[in-house]
Amino acid sequence: MTKKNIITAGILIAGAILTVKLFLLQVVDRQYKITAENNAYKYITIYPARGIIYDRNGKILVDNKNYYDIMITPMEVSAFDTTDFCRIFSLDIKDVRRRLASYRKHKRIIGFRTLQFLKHVPVETYNVFAEQSYRFPGFGAVMRSTREYPFNAGANLFGYISEADSAFLANHPSYRMGDYMGATGLENAYEKYLKGEKGYNIYVRDVHNRIKSRLENGEYDKSAIPGRNLSISIDGDLQQYGEELMKNKVGSIVAIEPSTGEILAIISSPGIDINELADISKYYNKIINDPYKPMFNRAIMSEYPPGSVFKAVNGLIGLQDSVITPASEFSCHGGFHYGNRKLGCHIHKSPLDFRNAIKMSCNTYFCNVMVAIMNNKKYKNIDERFDHWRKMVMSFGFGKRLGSDLPSELGGNVPSSSYYDKLYGKNRWNVYNIISLSIGQGELGITPLHMANLAAIIANRGYYYVPHIIRNSPDSTDRRKFEIRHYTAIGSSHFKPLIDGMYMAVNSPPGTGGTAGLARVDSLNICGKTGTAQNPHGKDNSVFICFAPEDNPKIAVAVYIENAGFGGTWAAPVASLIIEKYLKGKTGRPYIEKYVMDADLKQNVHVKEK
Amino acid sequence: MLSDKMNKYRHLDWILILCYLLLICIGWMNIYSSVYSEGSKFVFDFSKKYGMQIIWIVTSIIIAILITFVISSKLYRALSPLLYVFAIILLFSVIFLGRDINGSHSWFVLGPVSFQPAEISKLTTSLFLAYVMSKYDFNLKKIRNTLTVMLILLLPMLLMVMEKETGSALVYLGFTFMLYREGMSGWFLSFGMLAIMLFVITLKFSPLPAIILLFAIFMIIDGLFGRNLIERILEATPVIILLSFLPGIAGLKTFHFLKAIKPEYIAVIIVMITAVFLAIRNSKRRLEYTRGLLIGFVCAILLIFSVDFIFDKILQPHQRARIENLLGITEDLQGSGYNVNQSKIAIGSGGFWGKGYLKGTQTKYNFVPEQSTDFIFCTIGEEWGFAGSFMVIAIYLIMILRIIGQSEKQESSFTRIYGYCTASVFAMHVFINLGMTMGIMPVIGIPLPFISYGGSSMWSFTILLFIFIRLELSEWEY
Repeated sequence: MTKKNIITAGILIAGAILTVKLFLLQVVDRQYKITAENNAYKYITIYPARGIIYDRNGKILVDNKNYYDIMITPMEVSAFDTTDFCRIFSLDIKDVRRRLASYRKHKRIIGFRTLQFLKHVPVETYNVFAEQSYRFPGFGAVMRSTREYPFNAGANLFGYISEADSAFLANHPSYRMGDYMGATGLENAYEKYLKGEKGYNIYVRDVHNRIKSRLENGEYDKSAIPGRNLSISIDGDLQQYGEELMKNKVGSIVAIEPSTGEILAIISSPGIDINELADISKYYNKIINDPYKPMFNRAIMSEYPPGSVFKAVNGLIGLQDSVITPASEFSCHGGFHYGNRKLGCHIHKSPLDFRNAIKMSCNTYFCNVMVAIMNNKKYKNIDERFDHWRKMVMSFGFGKRLGSDLPSELGGNVPSSSYYDKLYGKNRWNVYNIISLSIGQGELGITPLHMANLAAIIANRGYYYVPHIIRNSPDSTDRRKFEIRHYTAIGSSHFKPLIDGMYMAVNSPPGTGGTAGLARVDSLNICGKTGTAQNPHGKDNSVFICFAPEDNPKIAVAVYIENAGFGGTWAAPVASLIIEKYLKGKTGRPYIEKYVMDADLKQNVHVKEK
Repeated sequence: MLSDKMNKYRHLDWILILCYLLLICIGWMNIYSSVYSEGSKFVFDFSKKYGMQIIWIVTSIIIAILITFVISSKLYRALSPLLYVFAIILLFSVIFLGRDINGSHSWFVLGPVSFQPAEISKLTTSLFLAYVMSKYDFNLKKIRNTLTVMLILLLPMLLMVMEKETGSALVYLGFTFMLYREGMSGWFLSFGMLAIMLFVITLKFSPLPAIILLFAIFMIIDGLFGRNLIERILEATPVIILLSFLPGIAGLKTFHFLKAIKPEYIAVIIVMITAVFLAIRNSKRRLEYTRGLLIGFVCAILLIFSVDFIFDKILQPHQRARIENLLGITEDLQGSGYNVNQSKIAIGSGGFWGKGYLKGTQTKYNFVPEQSTDFIFCTIGEEWGFAGSFMVIAIYLIMILRIIGQSEKQESSFTRIYGYCTASVFAMHVFINLGMTMGIMPVIGIPLPFISYGGSSMWSFTILLFIFIRLELSEWEY
């Protein structure tokens, strides 16, 4: 082989490489023909309808309403009547001129792309524009949809959708600038089902840049796939009623169906006004600056001391550990005395057995129960006894996230022995340092969701399902997760005396010491436990957990109202109204309803004005 | 006498002239198409590029006729030293007197006319190389002669790099083909290609695959000289194992199951064991050959480890960006990758038969920048499709191979060397330019001969080609 032949071969090989690459580019690879950056094609995006959310009775909670985005393809814009254009959309002419100038300036970067010019144009305005659109070359419209809420309730639960921000876009390549995403609440948690899939139509331009036809009769088009509909466990009417009851009060209501763990209503008050939800960006500043923090979902994020409702837990632990029996009596003379200190109690007859202690919510009784638990000889020191107690408490789901499908659920707090070791020194503390835990005060942090779950556990006599919202989750692991029974460390037989006490608390004749007489509804057999939790900022928090009916319970409710006073005064009637509404479909106690709805308890709440 | 003189024109190289005429026609048509829009359609509109290109074409043809029929062929050999020096002076002075156009500081602007000394320098360097190397006692095996040639090549290259006209400097690498033809060892060429390959692999993946590949190649070379079958098999086995690990090491998904066993470590162990084995064996025989291999191996390893340095410290940021884009290390379709992506879309959208003349959409409205100069091939690709584009490539190949073929037939070594220089310059321009528009070469802004818009390139390529055509004829002068 001569050198000439080698050089010739080299040149032929180089030529062959170019030819093969050319062939790949032009004939084999379709990528360079059907590409969005191909200036010969105009891609028109079709936005899918977002999934609709239905309540447990098949009523629509979250719906779609159509509107239009006005789009501009700067390359195609030629002279038009700017004044008329501005009149149709009520725009400022100077502003429009300025924007048009900026498009001209960035002509090369924009290319043939179509950009959003106006957002959220209502159908009526669009119709006016559509009639005259031939006068505005380069402008077009894309139908999109916004959320609509037939029930006047549930804003914090549903959450809002917003335009994807740049941080989100960077992590989610399937989203484009101007796409919407679920930002909070269920919209966020179930984004992947609700959003659907975008589609597009491809049009071909001719050499003069006019749209000629569909590309190969739409063979390469993609139709939009609408988002999946969600069916959730919320009862729309109950949710709405609950929000009405909570007007002018700060706190939460959570209602659960004990036999499934389905959440029937979840209210955080004050919440976002649902009328502001669809167009939240407009109200965002107002909402963010509201001293009552309507964005803050108290039902799952507020970690409160539970107050006396926690006596139910301590009582059950005492019974389970056999350090007391339902017949154990403790006497109470105005409080529990230890050392030279006293934990006060209200005036009631003495001594009381377990059932009556629950009924009358005797502090002294449960302090004694705590002392008994913490002196259990089975364990050798305070650390072990306390950790045993803590394990029992946490078997109720306290101190950790329950794992519901509500985004940003918090876990609360149940302190551990090491916490007290650190605080007082190892073996340098005893039951009297922690006595306030016995009545649900101290370092406990429990969310209203946890409290409702406690009510459900009592209703079920010892177990719970993870509270959840979704009913028809397309994801089977999700579904299975919510079908598991979680047993507490308490044997089911111990619930009987507790439930008896809770029944008596609500249903005893007036004047016999029941703490929750206001919650009594004829024939519903509501069982409940009041709580009055100390609040360092002002009046006590009013707490109530309950379920009904006593046998085969259908609903378990927790109500927590900040700075309202006694549990029996406010939280109990609110909870009973919720139960009545749910079980009877209507309420038959207008005086109680009026009493609750007229109350303005919000003013007691200490807020930092901004 | 006169009849004798006319007689030689029967041997005029019509094939080259036909290629030339076809290419300038194709060029003009596509410049017209790329500038074309509604409104102005008048061909002699001198405010438009297609109008101006007519002037360049007409003047080029006049120059071609002058070279072919009027100027004596003896003049080139005599004047070549002078022309070379003249071009060097121009290249040098443009550094101080030149104007910035498109980021390079290599243009003289005289009123409406601007021209690039770099274009002339290709011609004068070719002539001077032919002059020096065709001398009676010239031999590339002599160190002194080799150094002379290096100096002739490196001086203009250096000046061009100083003008930030790296593209033209790269064209000079093409002269290696001529040097190879004139006696340079093929090992230099091979090693050059190996260096480019290693550079790319190191940059795209990591030094490890480059080292393993390098080792495998050297073992293959060594194995080719192995004495018996067993030795060859012994050497082939680690080579095959090593090469099969490469995709995994480079992070490709081909051999996914290999991920678990960390192929890098196994490869390194094999390399070390075989290296020791080879070192012991080769130290006993073929000492001289082993030394050559060893030096090559060490140089290559040094290159691999200096890749990062060369890339980060020596190259300009925009050059870095272009190379990273080509290798797919970064993807920036709005920034540095914009041109190439648009260019690929334009060519790709042409399909097999193209969209038809003047019917392209991509190459209108300045989506492809430098549309009538460096990226003119996009217009051809889009409007004439694979059929037309292949035709253009074919014409270039015919032209280049014809020049090489004719060069070989020349009695005069001056003509032969000059011919090879011409072929090298055309080949480099064509392959770099087309490779760039198709995204297999980094973006290097050099024109496509006879097709791209522009006066100084048109003139200099015409002169380059027609001097060869004229020199061919001098064979027939008695």
